[in-house]
Amino acid sequence: MGRFKITKKDTFIDMTPMSDVMVLLLTFFMLTATFVKKEPVQINTPGSVSSINVPDHNVLNILIDPKGRVFMSLDKKTDMMSTLDAICEKYNLSFTMDEKRAFGSVSSFGVPINQLKSFLDMEAGAREAYLSSESIEGVPCDSTNNEFKDWVEAAREINPDLTISIKSDATTSYKVIKDVMNSLQDIKCNRYNLITNLKKVKAIDE
Amino acid sequence: MQTKQKKKTARIDYTPMVDMMMLLITFFMLCTTLARPKSMEINMPSNKKDLKEEQQNKVKASDAVTLILDKDNALYYYQGIPEINSLKTTSYGEKGLRAMLAAKNINAIQKVKELRKKYASLATADVNKEAAQRKKFEEELSDIRAGEGTPNVIIKATDGATYKNLIDALDEMQICDIGKYVIVPITEFDEDMIKHFKDNGGKPAVTVESTN
Repeated sequence: MGRFKITKKDTFIDMTPMSDVMVLLLTFFMLTATFVKKEPVQINTPGSVSSINVPDHNVLNILIDPKGRVFMSLDKKTDMMSTLDAICEKYNLSFTMDEKRAFGSVSSFGVPINQLKSFLDMEAGAREAYLSSESIEGVPCDSTNNEFKDWVEAAREINPDLTISIKSDATTSYKVIKDVMNSLQDIKCNRYNLITNLKKVKAIDE
Repeated sequence: MQTKQKKKTARIDYTPMVDMMMLLITFFMLCTTLARPKSMEINMPSNKKDLKEEQQNKVKASDAVTLILDKDNALYYYQGIPEINSLKTTSYGEKGLRAMLAAKNINAIQKVKELRKKYASLATADVNKEAAQRKKFEEELSDIRAGEGTPNVIIKATDGATYKNLIDALDEMQICDIGKYVIVPITEFDEDMIKHFKDNGGKPAVTVESTN
C-alpha cells in the first residue's frame, strides 16, 4: 500500500486586502474624529427635541455636576490666559509665567480664587486628578461669594463673540441652576445654550 | 564575470502592519464622539429694574399659564390670575403637560402643521434656494408661535426641582409650538398655593419616569 503524500501548502495569507480596508477605516475615523473633551465630572444631560448644533469655536462651557459644583472651560488657550490676567487685576493677584501657562493648558477649572495658586502649582497629572476628585469645590456661585460672575464677565470682555453653553446633569438641583442663571442675568448675558441630548418625540395628532 | 542574482520572493508580510492599524482604529473609535450633543437656545428676560411699564409685557390673564416645577417631579399649574385655590396638578410628558398645552394652543399647532406641509412640498435640491426657504420658514414659524391668542407660559421652579424638570418643561414649549414663555423666580404666594394645595389633601400627579 502506498502512503499518501501530503502536499505541503503555503500557509502564507495575503494580508494586502485587509490592510487596504484598515487604511480606509483608519482614514475615515481620523477625519471624522472630534475628540471627547476631558471633563472633570461625569455629566448625563437630559434629552430634548431641540436639534441645534453646539458651536465648535468661541465657547464658554459651564459644567454643573449633580452635586451643584460649577466648572468652567474656554476652548482657546490664549483666551484662558487673558481671562486669568483680567481676574488677577480684579483680585490683585499675580501669577508667574509658569502658572499662567498651566492655566492655559487645564481642560477646565473649578476652584475658588483663593485656592487657584495652589491648584496651578500642582503638577499636570496631579491637577487633573484633583479636578476629578471629591474634594474639589467648584467655582463659587452664590449670593455671598459670586466669583463665577467675575469669570464670565472677564471672559466675555476678552472675547465678545463668546457663546455660553451650560451643560448640567439631569439630576442637578434647580437651586444651583437658578444661581447660575441669575448671575448670567446680572451681567446682562441673556442668551445662552443649554446642552441636551437629542430625543425623538412623536408629533401631536389632533 | 557574471553574478547570478538570486531570485527572492517579493512578498511582504503585512501582518504587523495590520496589527498596528487595528490598534490605531480602536484608539480613534474610542476617542470619537459620533453623536454630537445638541443644544437648546434660551432667551432670558432682562432683570433691569428700571424697565418702563409699557415695555414690560402685559399678559392677558386668559392667555397666561403658570407652571410651577416642584420637587419629586411634581408639576403644578394655574391659569390667569393666581388665587389661593386655583392650583391644579398634572404630570410631565405626553398625557399631562403636553395635552394641556396643546389644547390651549390648538390653532397655532394646526398652522405650524400646514406650514411644514407647504415647505415640505417646496423642497428643492438647490442649496441656495433651500437656505432662503429655510430662513423664510423659520420666520413664519416664529410669527405663528408668538401670534395672537397663543398662550403665555410662565415657568417657575422651586429649589427642589431638578434640571431635567426645567428642560422637560422648556421642551414642551417647542413641541407645543409656544413662542412666548419665560422663566421667572418663584414668589412666596406660589409657595403658599402649593402648601394650601397639599393641606387640602391634594396629591401631585405622578410622572412616570421615562428611560431617558
